[in-house]
Amino acid sequence: MIPTHFDYARATSLDDAIARLGASAGGAKLLAGGHSLIPLMKLRLSEPTTLIDIARIPGLSGIMEKDGKIQIGAGTTHHAVATSALLTEKCPALADTAATIGDPQVRNRGTIGGSLAHADPAADYPAILVALDAEIHVKGKGGWRSVKASDFFQGLFTVNLQPDEIIAGVHVKPQKAAAYAKLHQRASHFAIVGVGASLEVSGGKISAARVGLTGASTHALRLANVETALTGQALSDATIDAAAAVAGDGLDDLNADIHASANYRRQMIKVFTKRALDAARARA
Amino acid sequence: MATSPVLPKLVGTRVKRREDPRLIQGKGTYVDDLKIAGMQWVAFKRSDVAHGRIVSIDTKAAEAIEGVEAVFTGKQIAEFVKPMPIGTPFPSPEHRVVAVDVVRFGGEAVAVVVARDRYVARDAVDAITVQYDVLPAVVDPEAALEGKPTVIHEQFKNNVAIGPIPGGTGVAPDGSKVDDSAIEKAFKDAEIVISQRMMNQRLAPSAMEPRGVVAHYEAGKGTMTIWSSTQNPHILRTFIAMMNGMGENEVRAIAPEVGGGFGAKINIYAEEYVVAGLSKKLEMPLKWIEDRSEAFVATIHGRDILGYIDLAARRDGTVLGLKMRLIADIGAYNMLLTAAIPTLTMLMANATYAIPAIRVTLTEVFTNKTPTDAYRGAGRPEATYFVERAMDMLARELKMDPAEVKRKNFIPANAFPFHTQMGAVYDSGDYEKALDRALKNAGWEQLKKDRDKAKAEGRLVGLGLSMYVEVCGIGPSASLPTGGWEHAQVTIERDGRITAMTGASPHGQGNETTFAQMLADQFSVPFEHVTILHGDTGVVKQGIGTFGSRSQAVGGAALHMAAGKVKSKMAKFAAALLEAHEDDLVFEDGRISVKGAPAKGRTFAEVASYAYIPVPLPPGLEPGLSDEAFFEPSNNTYPFGCHIALLEIDRDTGEPTLLRLVAVDDAGNLINPLIVEGQIHGGLAQGIGQAMIEEVVYGEDGQLLTGSFMDYAMPRAIDFPRFELDNTVTPTPVNPLGAKGCGEAGTLGSTPAIVSAAVDALSGFGVKHIDMMLRPEKLWRIINGGQA
Amino acid sequence: MAKVSVTVNGKVRTADVEPRTLLVHFLRENLNLTGTHVGCDTSQCGACTVLIDGRSAKSCTIFAVQADGSAVTTIEGLAKDGQLHPLQEGFWEEHGLQCGYCTPGMIMSAANLLNDTPKPTETQIREGISGNFCRCTGYQHIVNAIQFAAAKR
Repeated sequence: MIPTHFDYARATSLDDAIARLGASAGGAKLLAGGHSLIPLMKLRLSEPTTLIDIARIPGLSGIMEKDGKIQIGAGTTHHAVATSALLTEKCPALADTAATIGDPQVRNRGTIGGSLAHADPAADYPAILVALDAEIHVKGKGGWRSVKASDFFQGLFTVNLQPDEIIAGVHVKPQKAAAYAKLHQRASHFAIVGVGASLEVSGGKISAARVGLTGASTHALRLANVETALTGQALSDATIDAAAAVAGDGLDDLNADIHASANYRRQMIKVFTKRALDAARARA
Repeated sequence: MATSPVLPKLVGTRVKRREDPRLIQGKGTYVDDLKIAGMQWVAFKRSDVAHGRIVSIDTKAAEAIEGVEAVFTGKQIAEFVKPMPIGTPFPSPEHRVVAVDVVRFGGEAVAVVVARDRYVARDAVDAITVQYDVLPAVVDPEAALEGKPTVIHEQFKNNVAIGPIPGGTGVAPDGSKVDDSAIEKAFKDAEIVISQRMMNQRLAPSAMEPRGVVAHYEAGKGTMTIWSSTQNPHILRTFIAMMNGMGENEVRAIAPEVGGGFGAKINIYAEEYVVAGLSKKLEMPLKWIEDRSEAFVATIHGRDILGYIDLAARRDGTVLGLKMRLIADIGAYNMLLTAAIPTLTMLMANATYAIPAIRVTLTEVFTNKTPTDAYRGAGRPEATYFVERAMDMLARELKMDPAEVKRKNFIPANAFPFHTQMGAVYDSGDYEKALDRALKNAGWEQLKKDRDKAKAEGRLVGLGLSMYVEVCGIGPSASLPTGGWEHAQVTIERDGRITAMTGASPHGQGNETTFAQMLADQFSVPFEHVTILHGDTGVVKQGIGTFGSRSQAVGGAALHMAAGKVKSKMAKFAAALLEAHEDDLVFEDGRISVKGAPAKGRTFAEVASYAYIPVPLPPGLEPGLSDEAFFEPSNNTYPFGCHIALLEIDRDTGEPTLLRLVAVDDAGNLINPLIVEGQIHGGLAQGIGQAMIEEVVYGEDGQLLTGSFMDYAMPRAIDFPRFELDNTVTPTPVNPLGAKGCGEAGTLGSTPAIVSAAVDALSGFGVKHIDMMLRPEKLWRIINGGQA
Repeated sequence: MAKVSVTVNGKVRTADVEPRTLLVHFLRENLNLTGTHVGCDTSQCGACTVLIDGRSAKSCTIFAVQADGSAVTTIEGLAKDGQLHPLQEGFWEEHGLQCGYCTPGMIMSAANLLNDTPKPTETQIREGISGNFCRCTGYQHIVNAIQFAAAKR
């Protein structure tokens, strides 16, 4: 399988990449790890006229803690996220999620920014980032802006990103009591259903909860009714069971394919919500 | 006199493979690694509809691309490439190598590009536009037979390719007479009848190396060399010669390193004919390498047989009769052996049991899908699956241990050779021994207790057990249109080194090693002194190839015979040198000497040298040490075994996990147990894959929904537990080695064992049978009160 | 065309290639390093696995231009001074291959695994090679081969 012709340029800085994007009149695509884009190009489902390689822009990859937040550069590979000592200590759910993506080679090349920009409906990151209330930092001609993960995923392969904008990084607050649970599609190992959950607990009660869902719909979603069912309640089996029981309720147009019907997905949303909540609770 | 080293006996030992050094260093040469000066690239434009009339094909844009040599439509190809031949005697529709007017499955080629390289070729393929008048697709094989369905081939009414053909008790071998009285009596006498519709689903063979062809027609010499990723270069040569109007002596077919076959590379494919035909027409070397996406549509699929199974028994578990009504969905066309594969399911309906009356009827149906053909096991896993699942259902119905129901019905060890109801003659067997060994290794009684305990705790744990018997060592000639023998040639070189050629064409089986082990022992020379050549019709004079678990049982036997001939001639030369009688000589540790007088001898090399400079030439002898043999087995071999599976199902999700797989296999005598283990492992992996995660799925419009590894689940290392292997040894009398063949065995027992384990795990939900694959949603529905 | 310069198995290799040239084709066609294979077109089978700057990667899902300035190790670069790499020895000793087509990629993935995890458990091994398909062996002898190499290092 062979991609169509394109021009290739290596961007030297974010601004350089943004300028190139702007100059391309929509035909350009950004290339980081390429593990979302190149498979599509090989199948000729994507035929960009120009690829702007951002993989070596200085400072675009790496994980560090600053101003009480963990900042993950857009070019950071899944492997780096999965094995980050900082994340493992302060936000283990994100490292765990990265470790479930694809396979070792994919994790060595694929990047968090690339995954988010591509927004595959079955990608793993979106659910946990929604649950962690992550901020996605993007830069464009107009400068910087920050988008909440729950506002970032808008539709099938559609995200809150202008044509000349670039994801620069992801910021999350340290959050131990969070987890991601996933039903693997046995061929691709994408998520049939993936649920990210995070809990804030004080005095044995859930003071705040966030739950994100991937795989089940056109794009990652926040399960607000589950969050409502959790918030203010005692952290207990009964609370989690009751909250998980309503997961997915009210969602229309669930995905259906040869791997899972909509009905099965609907039930699996409940199962994996419970699993994610149980795992988050175990870390609380 | 220098002392000779004492050579270890190698047959029966775990010798490391001599193929490996090149392969572990990236130095093997597969088809895509070949380069010939001036070679151009071939690519195929393929239909994206399952069934349709071709209205128009526009190739202008493709032709205009720089680097494109030529573009041909199916009509143009038909001017110089004949329709596809098949290897079975059944009636068959015309099958063009590239579709001319009508496409009959998604992925059928409609045009061909020749271009500078694979990138340009792909661009050109994309630039071809084809318009179709889309016809309704025939997808469901049962619906295809009924009423007034869409007909795929005009001359095959209701899409029936073959049948229904009857077989079994009371049926004359030619089908001319059918006496149903025995089977009817069996069901009349029955105290219990098990009836079940079972699907043995469609699979994608998926050798890791996709197919590929390089053809080089040299106009000056009028010869063709064709390299192909094939299991049988000699058969390829025959067909390529025939299709190109050339003599077999003008075609040289080479199977270089072949990256797996699993039956799918037995076929001679349209691409091989097209690339060869184009090379001859354009007088240039050409290469085509299959994409994986192409492989999913253009390489044959396996299995896809629906069975309606009825088993008649007494309440004590004695089986009285078996009926199987089989419907094989063979896809759009007959390929080389397509029509014959389901007949192997018929042949093996007797399984390991002394079933007194059997009636099988087989119907083969055309649908708008990729054609089926041989895939590892090829017909026998289907038979095993149908019978073993039915036996398991019987045991469950009677609340008996499945092991005991099976034991009760075994063909006893003293009944061999055993004539089955299906016309097979099982060569040798001791089924009870294999069963007992497997039960012991698995810890069956304890396992049952553990399962019961786990179930009491609410876990969904199940146990499954399957026997199998397989027809292997495929031959004799009556059973194969190509001939069922195998050929070998053995030459002792002047320096005492041995060169052997075999018509077996290994692609992972390690015959360079096992055959060298045999010859090293037979001549008592160092293993390193033996070279095995294969896979090249320019080197190996004749051959059939590697399939049907035949390379050791038939190819190995041919080699043994050829070596025996050379050895006896060599003994005559040695006898002349030593002034002894040839019957008094021993070949030992690189020397030939007089029995009981080791000092009176010569080195192997000295005798070899003498044979080539025979001064004086012993009377009645020709110079030289080289001979050949064609081995025609007197019968097939029938290896057997017992597989046990322990499986757990996640109550919340329905996901099954295989916890244990215990296998006891009997392939007769083993040349290299290490290699046999590898063969069994690989077979198990494919059998488990079929049971648990693999399935080719088509949509109602005939579109393939599992067209890549994104949707067709290839088993990964994480999908398997560590397999627990053991073997019993029941040699076959049908070849001099006593070897039965082991390549396909793993796919037979594992599959029903796993499905039976899943049914066992979910027995609390009232389920009696679950069709493969064990899709989590399917199991989850059962758990939640739905149907399988 | 684009100029690429890649250090492959310790040697700097420079060539003009189309930007769309996949790294695997650059290795196989331009450099004649045909030990790296192609087994699928959806980035899954792992037959094309090489090490890029020390980490395993599927060379069918990387353009050669992306590897410009990188160090690539292929199966041909694993043996040193005629000495097989412990993984190569392991695959030979333990019958870790049959048809051999997946083997180079499998070995390169195993090399990545052992770099990260010198003494892996069996589960870690099975996960470590989960990006590589083998249709022949059922993986058990491959696991043994990697255990052999891990024990030897």
